Amino acid sequence: MSFVDRTARSFLLSELVSGLALTFRYLFKRKVTINYPHEKGPISPRFKGEHALRRYPNGEERCIACKLCEAICPAQAITIEAEPRADGSRRTTRYDIDMTKCIYCGLCEEACPVDAIVEGPNFEFSTETREELIYTKERLLANGDRWEAEIAARLKADAPYR
Amino acid sequence: MDTFLATPLGHVLFVVAAIFAITVPVLLGVAYLTYFERKVLASIQLRQGPNVVGPFGLLQPIADAVKLLMKETVIPSGANRGLFLFAPMLTFSLALIAWAVIPFGPGLVLADINVGILYLFAISSLGVYGIIIAGWASNSKYAFLGALRSAAQMVSYEVSIGFVIITILLCVGSLNLSRIVEAQTNLWFVVPLFPMFVVFFISALAETNRAPFDLPEGESEIVAGFFVEYSSMAFAMFFLGEYANMILMSAMTTILFLGGWLPPANIAPLTWIPGPVWFALKIALCLFVFVWVRATFPRYRYDQLMRLGWKVFLPLSLVWVVLTAGVLKLLGWLPTGS
Repeated sequence: MSFVDRTARSFLLSELVSGLALTFRYLFKRKVTINYPHEKGPISPRFKGEHALRRYPNGEERCIACKLCEAICPAQAITIEAEPRADGSRRTTRYDIDMTKCIYCGLCEEACPVDAIVEGPNFEFSTETREELIYTKERLLANGDRWEAEIAARLKADAPYR
Repeated sequence: MDTFLATPLGHVLFVVAAIFAITVPVLLGVAYLTYFERKVLASIQLRQGPNVVGPFGLLQPIADAVKLLMKETVIPSGANRGLFLFAPMLTFSLALIAWAVIPFGPGLVLADINVGILYLFAISSLGVYGIIIAGWASNSKYAFLGALRSAAQMVSYEVSIGFVIITILLCVGSLNLSRIVEAQTNLWFVVPLFPMFVVFFISALAETNRAPFDLPEGESEIVAGFFVEYSSMAFAMFFLGEYANMILMSAMTTILFLGGWLPPANIAPLTWIPGPVWFALKIALCLFVFVWVRATFPRYRYDQLMRLGWKVFLPLSLVWVVLTAGVLKLLGWLPTGS
């Protein structure tokens, strides 16, 4: 009996037809891909993207050159040099991140006692040369100025879980 | 005008114009078949498909053609140059000359010959030469394997296609494609001969080396099969030939089983649409099934392919030929011939 059953099934193409029916239903399903440069997928508040150095609302830079980020960085991508400034406060004279070394683990952000170094939502910072990926303090501060609104909103959204 | 057409020059010009009137839509159809295939495959795989070049990506086929034209034709140093360049031309021209006998509507046919179906069958059998020559002339192991597979496959499935055609001939009593379509005025052959329709369609998939029978080009095993070594326009010609063959096979399915240019029923609103439009719609439906099948089924193993061809389709179609002949003879429905 099972032979008859099997033969009948294969000659009536029942499996092939059910397969075709499945793909036909998929034809009308909503597409899962998006038009990337025009549409973008949602990003979590914890997304670890391009680094930025933030400032206080009065324009003073947050970083106090404690070098905790430099110490914790597993890829040793951060280089900091610091000196007391004219007004006596301790500030960095050099704050470089080698973005080609960075593994985007977010430990610098975790280690920072003043929320100065953060990883922002930006992930579209590809460059044409390697040199451009070695970020200086100016570049990082500029990033902070550019992304401050998004970064602040994201930090606020994530705050209850910290 | 009529007197001008009667002169030899006028006749030649008329035929040339007719050839262009057939070739240009076929080539445009090929171009947009690639777009259609990519869009349908994308939809089934929940992707967007080409949508950047032009509105809805409609200019994508043109961009692809321009890209291929700009590329360099690489001829491998070990290749037989003459044959290497001859093979794509052969494939391409064979895919086009078959269109000479296809009736697009009542009387709308370039060459209304009485052995139309034999001509089609012969041309589609010749298609294997382009592939074999390409595989041999490339002097590459992948190309050679692909060509051998392709030759074996096409020969196997032509046998059952032949029997299907014999069944149709028994019912029509003529080898003329227009007569075959006219014989389906009351009932399309897809209804009484449904098993043969399935056999023919699956064999057409194998004949055009389409998934799930695309072993000659099996990407995962032999890179691209018989056209691995081809680039630029030579590759494009293979591609065009392959897609033109798909459209041709769909046209053949339409003529043999789906009533060619005839509307689905002989009632008022359907008969207002001209025959060629019905013909094109039915071809498009067949092509959709081609793509749909490609999106659904995984590739056959080679022994399964041969088993299906020789141990299933051949006996099945043979039995059906005998059965059809017997039924027609017993009921006295045999066509008297024309």
